[in-house]
Amino acid sequence: MSKYLIDKFLFTVDRDPDLVERYREDPRGTVAWWEAERANAILGSHSGEASTWLKFEDAEREALAAHDYVRLFELGAHPFLTLTLFIAMFERDYDEPLAFQKEYGRRLQHFGLPYPDIAT
Amino acid sequence: MAELVAVIASTHHPFYYRASTAPPEERPPFADAWVAKIAAFRETLTRANPDVLVMVGSDHFHQLWLDNMPQFLIGKAPFYDANFYNEEREFGLPRMLLRGQEDLSAHILRDGLDAGFDLAFSNELRIDHSVTCPIITLRPEADLPIVPVYTNIFAPPLPRPKRFVELGRTIRQLVESWPSDKRVAVIGTGHLSLELGGPRQFGPHGPDPEFDRKAVEWIASGDIEGCLSEVTLDSLWEPGNATHGFMDFMLMMGVAGEGAKADYVDTLDLFHTMEAYFTWYPNGVTA
Repeated sequence: MSKYLIDKFLFTVDRDPDLVERYREDPRGTVAWWEAERANAILGSHSGEASTWLKFEDAEREALAAHDYVRLFELGAHPFLTLTLFIAMFERDYDEPLAFQKEYGRRLQHFGLPYPDIAT
Repeated sequence: MAELVAVIASTHHPFYYRASTAPPEERPPFADAWVAKIAAFRETLTRANPDVLVMVGSDHFHQLWLDNMPQFLIGKAPFYDANFYNEEREFGLPRMLLRGQEDLSAHILRDGLDAGFDLAFSNELRIDHSVTCPIITLRPEADLPIVPVYTNIFAPPLPRPKRFVELGRTIRQLVESWPSDKRVAVIGTGHLSLELGGPRQFGPHGPDPEFDRKAVEWIASGDIEGCLSEVTLDSLWEPGNATHGFMDFMLMMGVAGEGAKADYVDTLDLFHTMEAYFTWYPNGVTA
């Protein structure tokens, strides 16, 4: 499990307006690029120091590439990060206020307590 | 020594700013009632006439991240920029700049460390809506210097509820032992039952009205023991997956003290989550 890396993807994309649009338009390509170029970046290092070992498992990569927020919830991605980024990408496609957020909740209805573990 | 002139605990709702500032035709139907409640709540701080605000909140993965996550962190800086791009995007929150009260930060860090809390610190902290929402609701002039106190209610493993209460008690002692003639208010924001990114989100009420009723009673009556007897890290998942933010209310109960009845209590039942507002005057307040 690399829940940390899923969260790192959601965190770094959400905070970059260009990456939000890029991920919305080309999820598969963005995930592949990010895993190759950005996954190992140490975010607290301004000079580009990097780790060497971080990579997605297949199911995680596929969930991100498919914009599958239900699967991300199941995999234990941090729900705040997923929700925030997906609102940024898809709220605009709905006419009514909060319609996307309500649909998001409905699509998770089959989950009961305890929810998937989000500890990293 | 400094005087603790008010203790304030509140929910923080990032939708308030937009709901209260939108043109009339765009305001949601509940906006007027919400604004009226906030105006009354704001008056409880204004009456205390504070000079300095200690602001307890929790970073929502803005500056603090999983590669270096503090449990409790004190800001110590002359200024704090506030609000982030994604809060501007989602909630329409404005960029702000607040002054810091660095000598109180230094006092809380030094004496807090000596009191048994291994507090992290930051000399360059951009604060998020957990602190700016109560500035917007309670002190929209944003003219008072602050000391930010950040807690981890977000990224497990979390400190246990009792630790939040203990930190609150310690913050009170530290404020009251600060060698200064300033009037200090401690303001903390958290949540009642709340679900974010889960199946119970954005319902017609908060996800667990029964928890909310009990929580308001615990806070209003200062029933720390009763609250601690029922609330655990595990139990907090049940009312909603973001309900660990309630531990910031427990911290504020620690500041107010065991058995301290709130001098002001108000609530507002909104969609998605219940709003709740509490004020204590530890030494009374002049009329």
